[in-house]
Amino acid sequence: MELQLQQLKEEAISKIQAASTVKELQEVRVAYLGKKGPITDLLKGMGKLPAEERPKMGTLVNVIREEVTAFLDERSILLEEVAIQQQLENESIDVTLPGRPVKTGNGHPLTRVVEEIEDLFISMGYEVAEGPEVEKDYYNFEALNLPKGHPARDMQDSFYISEDILLRTHTSPVQARTMEAKGGEPIKIICPGKVYRRDNDDATHSHQFTQIEGLVIGENIRMSDLKGTLSVFAKKMFGDDREIRLRPSFFPFTEPSVEMDISCFKCGGSGCNVCKKTGWLEILGAGMVHPNVLEMAGYDSKRLSGFAFGMGPERIAMLKYGVEDIRHFYTNDVRFVSQFHRTEV
Amino acid sequence: MLVSTKWLADYISIKGLDPAELAEKITRSGIEVDAIIDRSQGMKNVVVGYVLECKKHPEADKLNICQVDVGEEVTQIICGAENIAANQKVIVARPGAVLSGGIKIKKAKLRGEESNGMICSLQEIGIEGKLVPKAYADGIYVLPSETQTGADALEILGLHDTVLELGLTPNRADAMSMLGVAYEVGAILSEDMKYPEISYNSSTEVAENVLKLRVEDLDANPMYVAKVVKNIKIGESPLWLQQRLMAAGVRPHNNVVDVTNYVLMEYGQPLHAFDYDRLQTGEIVVRTARQGEKITTLDNQQRELQAHHLVITNGQEAVAIAGVMGGANTEVHEGTTTIVIESAYFKPASVRQTSKDHNLRSDASSRFEKSVDPNRVIAAAERAAQLISELAGGEVLQGSVMVDELDKSQKEVIVSPDFINNRLGMKISFEEMTSILSRLKFEYEAANGLLYIKAPTRRQDIQIEEDIIEEIARIYGYDEIPMTLPEGETTPGGLTPYQAQRRIVRNYLEGAGLLQAITYSLTSKELAQAFALETAPITELLMPMSEERSILRQSLVPHLLEAATYNLARKAESVALFETGSVFLGETSEGLLHEEEHVAAVITGKWLDHSWQGERKTVDFFVLKGIIEGLFLKLGLDKLTSFEQAQVDGLHPGRTAKIFLADKPIGIIGQLHPTDQKKRDLKETYVMELNLAKLLTFSLEPLLYKAVPRFPSITRDIALVVERAKPAAELEKVIRGAGGKLLKDVRVFDLYEGEKMEQGQKSVAFSLTYEDPQRTLTDEEVVKTHSKVLKALEIEGNAQLRG
Ligand SMILES: [Zn+2]
Repeated sequence: MELQLQQLKEEAISKIQAASTVKELQEVRVAYLGKKGPITDLLKGMGKLPAEERPKMGTLVNVIREEVTAFLDERSILLEEVAIQQQLENESIDVTLPGRPVKTGNGHPLTRVVEEIEDLFISMGYEVAEGPEVEKDYYNFEALNLPKGHPARDMQDSFYISEDILLRTHTSPVQARTMEAKGGEPIKIICPGKVYRRDNDDATHSHQFTQIEGLVIGENIRMSDLKGTLSVFAKKMFGDDREIRLRPSFFPFTEPSVEMDISCFKCGGSGCNVCKKTGWLEILGAGMVHPNVLEMAGYDSKRLSGFAFGMGPERIAMLKYGVEDIRHFYTNDVRFVSQFHRTEV
Repeated sequence: MLVSTKWLADYISIKGLDPAELAEKITRSGIEVDAIIDRSQGMKNVVVGYVLECKKHPEADKLNICQVDVGEEVTQIICGAENIAANQKVIVARPGAVLSGGIKIKKAKLRGEESNGMICSLQEIGIEGKLVPKAYADGIYVLPSETQTGADALEILGLHDTVLELGLTPNRADAMSMLGVAYEVGAILSEDMKYPEISYNSSTEVAENVLKLRVEDLDANPMYVAKVVKNIKIGESPLWLQQRLMAAGVRPHNNVVDVTNYVLMEYGQPLHAFDYDRLQTGEIVVRTARQGEKITTLDNQQRELQAHHLVITNGQEAVAIAGVMGGANTEVHEGTTTIVIESAYFKPASVRQTSKDHNLRSDASSRFEKSVDPNRVIAAAERAAQLISELAGGEVLQGSVMVDELDKSQKEVIVSPDFINNRLGMKISFEEMTSILSRLKFEYEAANGLLYIKAPTRRQDIQIEEDIIEEIARIYGYDEIPMTLPEGETTPGGLTPYQAQRRIVRNYLEGAGLLQAITYSLTSKELAQAFALETAPITELLMPMSEERSILRQSLVPHLLEAATYNLARKAESVALFETGSVFLGETSEGLLHEEEHVAAVITGKWLDHSWQGERKTVDFFVLKGIIEGLFLKLGLDKLTSFEQAQVDGLHPGRTAKIFLADKPIGIIGQLHPTDQKKRDLKETYVMELNLAKLLTFSLEPLLYKAVPRFPSITRDIALVVERAKPAAELEKVIRGAGGKLLKDVRVFDLYEGEKMEQGQKSVAFSLTYEDPQRTLTDEEVVKTHSKVLKALEIEGNAQLRG
């Protein structure tokens, strides 16, 4: 019996060593240690042994069983490692092949500019106000100190749909509406939106375009506040080293009126083709709210004052991204729009 | 306004500033200089020549061989101009000369004859063709005979000059004259200006004796001054006058017309000269026109007048449209000997309307319509009389014939220096303020801490305190204004929930693979209502620029489809665009339009392309539907929305759905009808449009956490055989109805319509999940509920359980 056991053990060990895969090893395990294997048979057959031999034989069987198990485990670790090596080799891929594309789109460059400006002024405490694109002549012109017959409101330049209703020519009617609604209270708003003018579409004109305007009304709002606000805007929008300058201008709804230039962000002011050698770029129009505009909306122009400014996101996008033709913004060529995929902060 | 700096120097010293420096100062303090024009344009070596001899070229009919004295020598030049002749003083470009546009002149041989230079037209030395006097328009220019031979012709022609082109804003009509610009420059440079001196000898004959004047409409014409000049001789103006007119952008005609134009440019006061004899009646009557009255104007156009147009008449017929253009019937001509010079004040609104009605804008009307200076009406008439007597040899009759009801007083503005500083955020001293007012030639008095300012009448734009603030600040310098931020209560700022949600919608759609488009709101009649979620009466422009952009859109889809066509035509493999924007749905009770913000999308072509792993997909209905469902999930509306098979014009009848939010229509989705697709040169294309405003204003319960299930769920799959037309959503509804509280989820996981099915039938498989948040479900409970579901499907859903 003992001899038989030793033989069995050696046989098992040599089979273990011969096994070259995890699967073969598993077969050996089943063959020798399984429920129908010889060792189990031996253990079952122990009942036939004399009682005094049973403990000794039992111990012996267990020892051999443990030894075989140890060999099995050792071999198993080895073979598993080999198997994993093999698997890794088989599974190796060409990591330079293109990945599975994630379909993503992106916003329109004008939306991008508008939202950037919105966020910038929101951080300075402004709210975003919007209004109808089809407006009353009153809000578009009259309330803005452009009475009927004023030279700056030629029928030829606006899309009227009736005597009294037109497609707004600027976003200023939103200011007029907000003032009227606020009933004399302070205001701090930014008004983005689509506007329309009776222009032929060409490289620099579009019958539909966007505008974004700002309005601040309060006690003791000064022209220096306008200048300071515009400077913050210019630096945040176009870079910290931007300088601004104001030039006198004329708008019926502001007095004094100014135009703001920023030092050219391309050349820093030394002159280049972007700034037409002047070192300056005209960015926006602004001014102190005309007392007539305040009074018409029910504000006491002696007690309260305000400033307003307005700019064209198309122009800003054209300058910022070097776009040469305004029509690109409305053609919706995917080769154009998809260039604005990248985010900038 | 074109300002010759040479001419300007007559009135003001510019202190040795170069034109660019002067331009910068003018721009920074009030009037934008749009361009600085060097009239010499880098030309050189152009001299005055005297044609000694001129004979035909033996080999060429059109050429002349000229012997020209150019000062240094007599040289031979071939000239092809028809008006060349011996004894003329001409402009000669010498060999080595550079002309306008960088053209270089060299010695040449023309048909065997040597030519040492070129005899020039004014165009060749850089003067615009429309400014060249008509007599020389098609040939060389002939200089006055007294011009010195060999002299620098550019100097003689005043081309060593820089012209500043001013971009005038409508408020600065005062700068539409040389004197006005001189005032402005004087204020900027703190210099006093010189006025032209006016003196001439009048004849003993009195103007009032030869001319009667009556103004019937004193409102439209409160002031009319007429002067009569006799015995004049019409001729060419002297060179200095022609030069100045050309520098100012005016074509010289004859001495009388040129003087009226010169004074217009100098004083900003438009003048008109009538031929007294052609006037016939010795009378001028200013009145409103008779409806339908006709006049032929100087440009030889017959114009029909309306009753609100003001005309100058000879008492019988119209001889000029007041302030706009003179009539051909009284035009000054070569034989004119007596003229009437008109200087008047016409009401701005009247001239503006008239000039607009006739689509006729002239140097005169553009000044009248912004109001001329009431205090220059007489001065300008006198200046013209002086110049005409000097240049056309006339006798000015004594006095003027005049009607004058015009208010010529100065506007008084009272302002406190503190108010000025408060509004500017500055501390400008009282002395500095009054010094600026003096430089501007504004009269002022200081009393009770206030400034009582009288603005000169040439500055009609100065009306209120804020106008004074602007004047002080701009002359003081905007660079001196400090930078501050508004004081007082700070406000939080931010987007409204609607605006914030709209950004989320955009960002979601971008993340889902769509590019944002912005298309036009104006469209054509054909497209205005196509694909509209709801239609309303169309809104048309009164004066569209084209049929294509004449009506406000009621759907975003048509222009997105146009964009898709545009891109496919440019070989795009896939187009996936969305837009948020307003549609316009008829009038509101207030007279405005119902503007509703919508979101729409179009997809066509390839959707997914990962071909090396065999994954390629073109767009289909469910790609777009999935995007919409994701959007609803994002907005918390997924449980409240549904899709129902529908018919929409232009969309595929079997592949179109209406979308509902809380059972109210909110949008559409569908495949473009194959006929439409072909018409638009598209591939298989899907579109959707949703009422964004309704989506974003739907009020939802606040988001609250629900306990994560602690007990296991049980899943049962069923496959059903139903009629092919039966919507899966209907079956789902039946399942949900019967499943009750325990049924947590229902999902379609398979669809089979193949040959194993009977004709007209399909198999739909659902996966049902049962769950009880409070405890573990027993098999028994699940079986009970599930069999209820199956029964309901059979009875209500007409569905057979499949094998
Ligand atoms: Zn630059």
